[in-house]
Amino acid sequence: MIAELGLGLLWLAAGLAIIQSVLGMLGLWQTNRPDLGNAVRPVAVAQAVLIGMAFCCLIYLFIVSDMSVKLVAANSHSDKPMLYKVSGTWGNHEGSMLLWVAVLAMAGAGIAIAERRVRRDTLIATLMAQGILALGFYAFLLFSSNPFERLNPAPQDGQGLNPLLQDPGLAFHPPTLYFGYVGMSVAFSFAVGALITRDVGPAFARAMRPWVLGAWVMLTLGITAGSYWAYYELGWGGWWFWDPVENASLMPWLAATALLHSVTVLATRDALRAWTVMLAVVAFSMSMVGTFLVRSGVLTSVHAFAVDPQRGTFLLALMLIYIGGALALFALRVGTVREGAVFEPVSREAALVLNNLFLTVILGVVLIGTLYPIVAQGFGQQVSIGPPYFNPAAGSVALMLVVVMAAGPLMRWRSDSAPKVLRRLAIPVAIGIVSLLAVRLLAPDMGVLPWLGLSTALLAGTGSIAPLWKRNLLRTPLFTWGMVVAHLGVAVALAGMAVDSAFYKERLVAVSEGETTEVGPFSVKLVSVEPVIGPNWTAIEATMEARRGDGRPFTLHPQARNYSTPPTDTSEAAITTHLDGQLYAVLGKQGKDGRWQLRLWWKPLVTFIWLGGFMIALGGLLALVGRVWRERRGAKSAEMAA
Amino acid sequence: MRKVLLWLPLALFGLLLGVMSHGILHPEQTTIPSKLVGTKVPQFDLPAAVPSHPALKSSDLASGKPALLNIFASWCLPCIAEAPVLEELKAKGVTIHAIAIRDKPEDVARFLAEHGDPYASIGSDISSRVQISFGSSGVPESFVIDGKGIIRHQHIGDIQAQDIPKILKALEEAR
Repeated sequence: MIAELGLGLLWLAAGLAIIQSVLGMLGLWQTNRPDLGNAVRPVAVAQAVLIGMAFCCLIYLFIVSDMSVKLVAANSHSDKPMLYKVSGTWGNHEGSMLLWVAVLAMAGAGIAIAERRVRRDTLIATLMAQGILALGFYAFLLFSSNPFERLNPAPQDGQGLNPLLQDPGLAFHPPTLYFGYVGMSVAFSFAVGALITRDVGPAFARAMRPWVLGAWVMLTLGITAGSYWAYYELGWGGWWFWDPVENASLMPWLAATALLHSVTVLATRDALRAWTVMLAVVAFSMSMVGTFLVRSGVLTSVHAFAVDPQRGTFLLALMLIYIGGALALFALRVGTVREGAVFEPVSREAALVLNNLFLTVILGVVLIGTLYPIVAQGFGQQVSIGPPYFNPAAGSVALMLVVVMAAGPLMRWRSDSAPKVLRRLAIPVAIGIVSLLAVRLLAPDMGVLPWLGLSTALLAGTGSIAPLWKRNLLRTPLFTWGMVVAHLGVAVALAGMAVDSAFYKERLVAVSEGETTEVGPFSVKLVSVEPVIGPNWTAIEATMEARRGDGRPFTLHPQARNYSTPPTDTSEAAITTHLDGQLYAVLGKQGKDGRWQLRLWWKPLVTFIWLGGFMIALGGLLALVGRVWRERRGAKSAEMAA
Repeated sequence: MRKVLLWLPLALFGLLLGVMSHGILHPEQTTIPSKLVGTKVPQFDLPAAVPSHPALKSSDLASGKPALLNIFASWCLPCIAEAPVLEELKAKGVTIHAIAIRDKPEDVARFLAEHGDPYASIGSDISSRVQISFGSSGVPESFVIDGKGIIRHQHIGDIQAQDIPKILKALEEAR
C-alpha cells in the first residue's frame, strides 16, 4: 500500500512541476496578470512537500524490508544493520534519483519562501527553470526507473548490498555529493532566470551565492570523504587514483570553486557578468557529466557501480535539452547584458580572474584526460590515461593557482600598485624561497612536484593568514575568517600530499606468528591470526603489536573479510593515526610455508590531506553563515530606516 | 566576431556531447581482432625492467611452448586489479612474459612486491615503441603466443576472473 502511495505522490509532484513551469512562463509573458506569477511560489512549496513525502515512503519500505518491492529486494537484506537499511534507500540508482529530485524540489521551495533579493520577474523565471529541470528527472523516474515497482511473487529475502558500500562513511557520501550537485542546479536556474530577464547584476549574484557556497561545501566534504574511503577501503594505501569516478566529482568542484570566486566579484564589484553566468552553466553541466560518467558505464572504473547504457542515454538527452538550451540562451542574450564595472590589471579582481583561468585550465586538463579514452576508442585504439598525465599537467597549474590564492586576498579591489602588493607578500615569498632551498638541501632526493608542492604550501600557508595581520580579530567579519580558514586548508592539504608522496615508507613481508618487522620508525610484531565472525561476514583477523622506538606498544587488527550475499572478499586495513602520520596495515594471503603476507605503510602527514579538506569545507561554511547573517542584519536595518 | 564567440561554448558542448554519445553507442570492447593476430611477433630486444627478472626479446617468445605476453605498467590501476588473475593463471601452469610500459625499475619492483609477481621475464619499453609495434596502445593488454612465436589471441584491458577459461582455451589451441 505504501509503495502505491509513494508512486501516487510522485505522479502528483510531477504534475505540480508541470504547473510550476507553465505558470512561470505565463507569468513572465502576461505581465498584466500578476496572479499567474504569484501562484508560482506556493506551487513550488507544494511540489517539495509531495516529493518529500514520496521519499519518506521509500525510506519506510526499506526500514520494514518490504521484499515485494523490487528495489528493496534487489538492494536490501533483512539481516542488514538498520543504518544500512536506511542508507540503502539512496545506495542505488532509482532511490538516488528520487533523492536528487526531492532535494531539488526542496531547494526550489527554499527559494520560493526565503528569496527576497532578486527582482520579482527574475525569481519567477528561476522557479520556472527549476520546475522544468525537475520535470526531466520526474520523467526519468516515472518512465524508466520507477523506485516503487512491485515484484510478484515476493522473494524470501533481499540480495544484499555491495559489501564495499557497507560503511558508515559511504552511507552519507552519495547524498553529500547529491546535495552539492543540486546546489549547482539552483545556481544554474538562477543563471537561466537572470538571462531571461536580463537581470545579471549584484542582486542576482548575492541571491545565488549562498547556494553556490553551500553546494561547494558539500562537494568539498564529499570529495574529502570519498578520498578517505578509497584510502582505507581499497587497501592500496593511495588517496587519489585519477579514476573516472573520482574525476567525475572533482570536475564540478573545480567549476564550483571558480564560480564561487567570480560570484563574489559580481556581488561586490559588479564585474565579470557574462563569465559568472557562463560558469554557473558550466558548473551544473559538469555535475551532469559527472553523473553520466558514473552511471552510464562508458568508462571502466575501480569503483563498481551498477551501470546501464539506457540511463546514460537518458541523461545525455536531458543534458542536450538543459545545457544546450542554456548555452543557446546565453549566446542570444548575453550580448544584451550591460557591461559590468572595469578594473585594473593589478587588483583583487584581476587575481580572481587569474584564479578562474587556472581553475578552468585544470578543469580542461581533467576533462580531456577523463574523456580521451572514449575519443581514442572512436579511432579504434584503447588507451589508459593515468597519473603520468594528470600529475604533471594538473599539478603544475594547481601550484600556480595556490600562489595566486595566497596573493589575491592581499590585494585591493579595483586597483592596486604592484610594489605595495609585493611588500605585503614579502614574508610569505621569503618563506617560500627559503623552504625551496632548505628542502633541496635536507632532502635532495625529493621529486620535483613534491618539492615545489611543499614550498608552495609553506608560502600559501603564511600568505593565507596574512589578511588577519594587524586586524582586530574579534571584529574581523566571519566570511573573512572563512576565506582564511579555507585557504589555509588548501595549504595544509597540499603539504600533506607533498610530504606523503615524497617520504612514505612501505614494506611487503611474509612473516610467521611471533615474528617482528620494521617499517619507517615502527617495529611491528605479528602476534596471531584468528577467524572472526561479523553480522553478515566472516573474516580472518590478525593481531599485531606495533611500537615506535621505545614508545608504548599498540595493537592493529587488519582483516581479510568474506561476505556471503553477494559473495565478495574485501580487505579491511588497520590504520592507527599519530600526530605526524598514519601506520597502515593490510593482511594478505597465507603462503604455502604458513607465513602470512603483510603490507605495511608508514604515511607521514597523510592526515593533513583530509584535515585540509575539512578545513576548506569549514571555511566555506563560515563564509556562508557570515554572508547570510550580514545580509539578514542589513535587511533588518533597512527595514528600521524605512 | 564577438557574436560568433558567444556561440563557441555551445559548439564545445556539442563536441562534448558527441564524444559522450559515441561512448554510449560504442561500448568498450575487450577483444578487437588485431591485424597482427596470426602473424609473427614483431622483432624486438628489450632490456630487463628489474634486476630480479631476465630481459625479453622476440626470440624468447618462440621457445616451442605457448605463452602469455602481458603488457602492463606500475602506474596503471586496472593492472592492479588484473594482478591476482595473472597469479591464478601462473598457478595453472601458464608462462607469462611481460613488457612494462614507460616505467622505472623501482616502480616495477614495488608493483611486483605489492601486487604479486607472476612473470617469467619483464622487458622495459620506455618509449612504448614495442607496445605500438604489437598494435597495442593501452595497458593492460595481453597476447597469447604459440611456440613458433605467432600471435594467436589478443585480450584488451584487464583479464578478469571470468576470462580465465577463454585465455586457457586460446593457450590450448596454440599448442
